[in-house]
Amino acid sequence: MSAIQESFSEGASLAHRLDPRGKIVVAALFSILVAVTKNYAVAVAGLVLASVYLALARLPLKRVVVRLLVVNSFIFFLWLVLPFTYPGEAVWRFGPLTASRQGLIYAGLITIKSNAIIIALIALVATVPIVTLGQAMHNLRLPDKLCHLLLFTYRYIYVFEQEYRRLVQAMKIRGFRPRTNLHTYRSYAYLAAMLLVRSFDRAERVFQAMLCRGFHGTFYSLKSFSWQRRDRIFLGASLLALLVLLCLEWARPILL
Amino acid sequence: MSQPLIELINITFTYPGAPQPVFQDFNFELLPGNHLGLVGPNGSGKTTMLHLIMGLLRPQAGTIRIFGEEVKKEKDFVQVRQKVGLLFQNADDQLFCPTVIEDVAFGPLNLGKPPAEAIRIARKTMEKLGLAGFEDRVTYKLSGGEKRLVSLATVLAMEPQLLLLDEPTTGLDEATRHRLIHILQDLDIAYMIVSHEHDFLHHTVQECCHVHKHCCQSASNSSGRE
Repeated sequence: MSAIQESFSEGASLAHRLDPRGKIVVAALFSILVAVTKNYAVAVAGLVLASVYLALARLPLKRVVVRLLVVNSFIFFLWLVLPFTYPGEAVWRFGPLTASRQGLIYAGLITIKSNAIIIALIALVATVPIVTLGQAMHNLRLPDKLCHLLLFTYRYIYVFEQEYRRLVQAMKIRGFRPRTNLHTYRSYAYLAAMLLVRSFDRAERVFQAMLCRGFHGTFYSLKSFSWQRRDRIFLGASLLALLVLLCLEWARPILL
Repeated sequence: MSQPLIELINITFTYPGAPQPVFQDFNFELLPGNHLGLVGPNGSGKTTMLHLIMGLLRPQAGTIRIFGEEVKKEKDFVQVRQKVGLLFQNADDQLFCPTVIEDVAFGPLNLGKPPAEAIRIARKTMEKLGLAGFEDRVTYKLSGGEKRLVSLATVLAMEPQLLLLDEPTTGLDEATRHRLIHILQDLDIAYMIVSHEHDFLHHTVQECCHVHKHCCQSASNSSGRE
């Protein structure tokens, strides 16, 4: 019924059974390393490593591809802009536009890096249910505010989705049809404003309800995680692989 | 004569920006063991009264005494909230933890109970309300009736000495309503119920009060439980 689903979090593969804390740490280190590199070798090696993680997660390939297409549709716009705006040696002319070699290389690098990071995040983070993710973050001593923000967003996003649907239905049954006119824009603005006001009120009531149950600023977690042999192996192997990436970064000359 | 659980003395309360006060020199008291129904038209101040008792709203004038002690500051109300439970009108406001067991254990944990003890209390409370097996259910996926009973469990898990219920029957089907009636009849603590359903109040309270601007007036005893 609900449009928000965590389809990747269900499964029994090795990647699903790993301790979420290890996966979060590896995913974070991996993302930082790949994001800052300007080296093709590192980016490609990152993509290979991410694919290994994806293979471990045994996710339905079709849905992974669909999700990657969404991400790459944004990157597509980079390809439209970057080669023509990046200064460098001209390789191709199209009317007044000139594509530079450096621009093409740069766009290619960004594409590989983004895909590597997204694949790694799908394999390592999307395989953890959001609730567990929040608790694992808490367990890793990440700031409380961050964990609570994640958990509360997750809890109430359904409520707001339902509220949004109710409002849209209420508009529809009174004959509202979106058109390109002021009435439509105004109605949508009212809808957005109403959602905002309601979410503010709800936040207030939730907080009151928490106060009534003795809340005084700290959350206590009931969840306990178990760190096993396979987690040690996973973390060790991943750190080793990341070390190789780091060495590549230093060893090879920077391409750009 | 025993000491009242709640005393509201000469309370004046106006919502910010509202032209009319909700309460003006309002007086009320609840005696131990009382099961009281609060009735009155929408906007007569029933929910406001409960929120004043819990310290979620502060009166502009007047004195609030709970268990004989005057409560004024946030610090005093923190004590009150450990002994008085409030069931909110909307269960979605009350249930915010991902799973049922975490939500029910939230109160006991706040009271300083260790996790194992909190879980034990939570399970015991859920069992009493016929919610055994709900521990790992996800709160937002529960039905309306289940949400209501779980909300009640989260409040009762704090082992309150007084229970305030704000329209507990809204949106409940007949079966859940009956369960709620039985649960309330088995409780051995004082409680107050805000409700528009005379039939429900008839089964759960001894006396009903009309909430007015100045006082709570005892309604005809025809709606009370004999």
